[in-house]
Amino acid sequence: MAGGNQGTLRLLERLDQPGASGGLCSIQAAAELGVDHQTLVGAVKSLQALGEVIEAEARTATRWELSPEGEEVLRDGSPEVRLFRSLPEEGLPQGEAMKLPGGSLGFSKAMANKWVRLDKGAPGGPRVLRAVPSVQDTVQEHLGQVRTGGAQAVPERDRSELKRRKLLLEMTLKSYWIRKGSAFSTAVARPETELTPEMIATGSWRQLPFKPYNFSSLGLPPACGHLHPLLKVRSELRQIFLEMGFTEMRTDNFVESSFWNFDALFQPQQHPARDQHDTFFLLDPAEAPQLPPGYYNKVKKVHSQGGYGSQGYRYEWKVEEARKNLLRTHTTSASARALFQLARQKFTPVKYFSIDRVFRNESLDATHLAEFHQVEGVVADRGLTLGHLMGTLRQFFTKLGLILIPSGLKKWVEVGNSGVFRPELLLPMGLPENVTVIAWGLSLERPTMIKYGIKNIRELMGHRVNLQMVYDSPMCRLDV
Amino acid sequence: EFDELCFEFGLELDEITSEKDIISKEKGEEKAKGASDVVLYKIDVPANRYDLLCLEGLVRGLQVFKERINLPKFEKIIPAEGEGQRLIVTEQTAQIRPHAVAAVLRNITFTKDRYDSFIDLQEKLHQNICRKRALVAIGTHDLDTITGPFTFTAKAPSEIKFKPLNQSKEYTASQIMDLYRTDSHLRHYLHLIENKPRYPVIYDSNGVVLSMPPIINGDHTKISLKTRNVFIECTGTDITKAKIVLDIMVTMFSEYCEKPFTVEAVEVVHPNGKTHIYPELAYRTEKVKPEYINKKVGISETPSSLAKLLTRMCLKSHVTGNGNHLEIEIPPTRADIIHACDIVEDAAIAYGYNNIQMVIPKTYTIANQLPLNKLTELLRLDLAAAGFTEALTFALCSQEDIADKLGTDISATNAVIIANPKTAEFQVARTTLLPGLLKTIAANRKMPLPLKLFEISDIVVKDPNADVGAKNYRHLCAIYYNKSPGFEIIHGLLDRVMQVLDVPPNEENGYTIKAAEGTAFFPGRCAEVFVKGQSVGKLGVVHPDVITKFELTMPCSVLEINIEPFV
Repeated sequence: MAGGNQGTLRLLERLDQPGASGGLCSIQAAAELGVDHQTLVGAVKSLQALGEVIEAEARTATRWELSPEGEEVLRDGSPEVRLFRSLPEEGLPQGEAMKLPGGSLGFSKAMANKWVRLDKGAPGGPRVLRAVPSVQDTVQEHLGQVRTGGAQAVPERDRSELKRRKLLLEMTLKSYWIRKGSAFSTAVARPETELTPEMIATGSWRQLPFKPYNFSSLGLPPACGHLHPLLKVRSELRQIFLEMGFTEMRTDNFVESSFWNFDALFQPQQHPARDQHDTFFLLDPAEAPQLPPGYYNKVKKVHSQGGYGSQGYRYEWKVEEARKNLLRTHTTSASARALFQLARQKFTPVKYFSIDRVFRNESLDATHLAEFHQVEGVVADRGLTLGHLMGTLRQFFTKLGLILIPSGLKKWVEVGNSGVFRPELLLPMGLPENVTVIAWGLSLERPTMIKYGIKNIRELMGHRVNLQMVYDSPMCRLDV
Repeated sequence: EFDELCFEFGLELDEITSEKDIISKEKGEEKAKGASDVVLYKIDVPANRYDLLCLEGLVRGLQVFKERINLPKFEKIIPAEGEGQRLIVTEQTAQIRPHAVAAVLRNITFTKDRYDSFIDLQEKLHQNICRKRALVAIGTHDLDTITGPFTFTAKAPSEIKFKPLNQSKEYTASQIMDLYRTDSHLRHYLHLIENKPRYPVIYDSNGVVLSMPPIINGDHTKISLKTRNVFIECTGTDITKAKIVLDIMVTMFSEYCEKPFTVEAVEVVHPNGKTHIYPELAYRTEKVKPEYINKKVGISETPSSLAKLLTRMCLKSHVTGNGNHLEIEIPPTRADIIHACDIVEDAAIAYGYNNIQMVIPKTYTIANQLPLNKLTELLRLDLAAAGFTEALTFALCSQEDIADKLGTDISATNAVIIANPKTAEFQVARTTLLPGLLKTIAANRKMPLPLKLFEISDIVVKDPNADVGAKNYRHLCAIYYNKSPGFEIIHGLLDRVMQVLDVPPNEENGYTIKAAEGTAFFPGRCAEVFVKGQSVGKLGVVHPDVITKFELTMPCSVLEINIEPFV
């Protein structure tokens, strides 16, 4: 800082000298003051920050310099001239000519200049002969001119040729033209950057000038941790359900039996969803050791024979099929378990929700992953109607910031799924006959992608996430 | 307007397009040249509404809905003794395809459109209710080319020989299987009978092969626009679905018979000598109380109005018993109606979902969070406040991720193994959160150091005592990745976690860490975390081999604990 300060002062003094009234070039000034140009630019910038002390106009200058190869040519001459000059009067066989100073590069340039010729018919193979009596090394001369600051005297065409040959380098140099400003003074006190404990203690801050802050730049980002955007939406959805009086269900089993995932939900065993193509089945543990005794017989009966007012599907229900373990394809299996537990006791109305992972053996693309989160809401009470389902959905989606056009259930399917659980599902569990259960579900990813403007689901979930996106994502306020 | 009508009828008009549009979208404009410009309406039909799968049924359904026609009554004509067709089922079919039903459409008139629709409906049923012919396969034959009685049997593939549909010569059944191995359509069905000792086959009384279900019909009996009498057989492994499929075929196309909506019955003789007359064409009557419908939907319509709504949905209804009951006739076309709740749904569709008043249930409940999830939420906030960033990684991964790459054997992980993964990324459920975090860092190597990540999520391990044989555990994992391992930082994070969990650092009623070993850790740089004497996890410097195997270059340290003991 001290050096910088000194540079500033010396620059101001130089500006104050007679003869600098028209201004100074920063490059020249740096050379005169014997400081690095970059240091001088620093001084210019810090003076500019003080207001009208100086005026500085940015300029761009081009400078030509010799490359290391260029320096070599300046010293030894160009390859073509060296070749020409080494070539004896009677010429040389081509192979030997290549070994002369200047080598093959010199040879090809000399050929191009028509300084030498190749006699293909010469006895003993092609022979290189001089084609002109003498040559002049303009390349070397031009490089010499550049070296002594006379780059402008070299014709433009030759300059670019030398640049192409990588003998010359074109350097762009940013410089300033510096003049005195309206508030010029060599006695500029270096303004203080920050308030210090000493200044507060001594009260010196009252007399001191302070450097103005640059309010247009960004501040220093705080060192902090971040929550994942999808899980921020999960927290928000949990909050919404809690606000609506919904109790959280247990969902802590990714592994589920086909029984709970399908059969208990009155999904027939031949249903396409039970295909290998859609569902991850398990090799180990391949089968669920326990199905709920008693209840599973009732499920078997309602599938194969009907009952509870239902015709059933009338097919041969196989317990082996029900035992097959899988990774749950929806959290409705957890809802079924919760309702089954509910049916174990004297009925009281409930509102349940869950948000957890589900798995599909799908082909992956921008909108499909093999695992995603399902959000599910369930209400069980006596006398619930389709109107109640629709009313609940409207309330829920309004809180989600999605105002639904009341165009019926079919249209709502676009966002998620909803419906009334069938009696064939509820009555075998032992729930009272007059209890209706309404439910709906949606993926957590869909509203999150909308909320955070994410096009590809793989950028949201999984290890390929872009951490910068996680760092930068705003808080989740769905209703704003 | 058509869109609106579909919507009112409970269907969704998916797309208005043409053959030309479809081809040009899928294969480019060049290929679409010369394709038909005729407008196509693509309609989404509920999966169990088999009666709406063909134009005949859809138009009939909409006409009834708009009250332009009454739903026709389908009639089964039983021919006089000895004059009807018989299908004899032999006991050999029991092992492969035990069920068969059949019917005859007499004096039918096909046009190009009707014929195409007839073929198309079979294909749609095959894909849908027939589960790609596994449950039911349909065969349709020109009855005038064959002579009953017919025999449905099963024979060794070498003993079956006939000219398959649209082929020029005879093949044995084994040759037929080879012939269709590369057929884009039929190859999908070969597995249903392949490797079975006997293949199902239907003969007429002269030994002519009608079909070898579920693969192919014989060429001899193929129907054409000129066919007047059609013999329809449905064979399968599910008798209920076979009956439904036959009912749908005949109810949809008997419209074109000389006596519309009549079907000639066929007698099926079972191996035990019992006989059945098909098609069933069963009409069933359901009695439902009007208030049941009103209560389930949330409306208050009069019984007669409800009856009218249901009649419009092809469920002919009338009010009985002083208006206390609705009698609803379920026609053979509506196999999807298996419970009164299905009747309620149709009433709601006909009433119009948009006309139902939305009400918030009065259900009064107190909300509760799941304690484990509540703890997880609180810990997430404190971990982020401690400067760590949350990752969200997949619960499924490769065996390599949880075993080889961590220097352990898969058998030691107790992991749940997936039977049918499409790629190696889904071979197992994770048993530790560590691989996911290491992979997250590998995918973010360009980010400025240090990287400090955490995840609180479930892992899965086998557990013979659990009802499904496996159990989830909620883990907390955190990682510090920088130019130096920063064990003290991860250790400090453990201390902070214990602090917010109100667990003091002591042996008796708090937590301690003790030197331990772990294949994923650098020797001498691993400790086990004990809470009240019980091990909850480990922390330490990651083994250089592990770092390399996850394509990382910097040292790092990790902490992974089970948080369930803290609930």
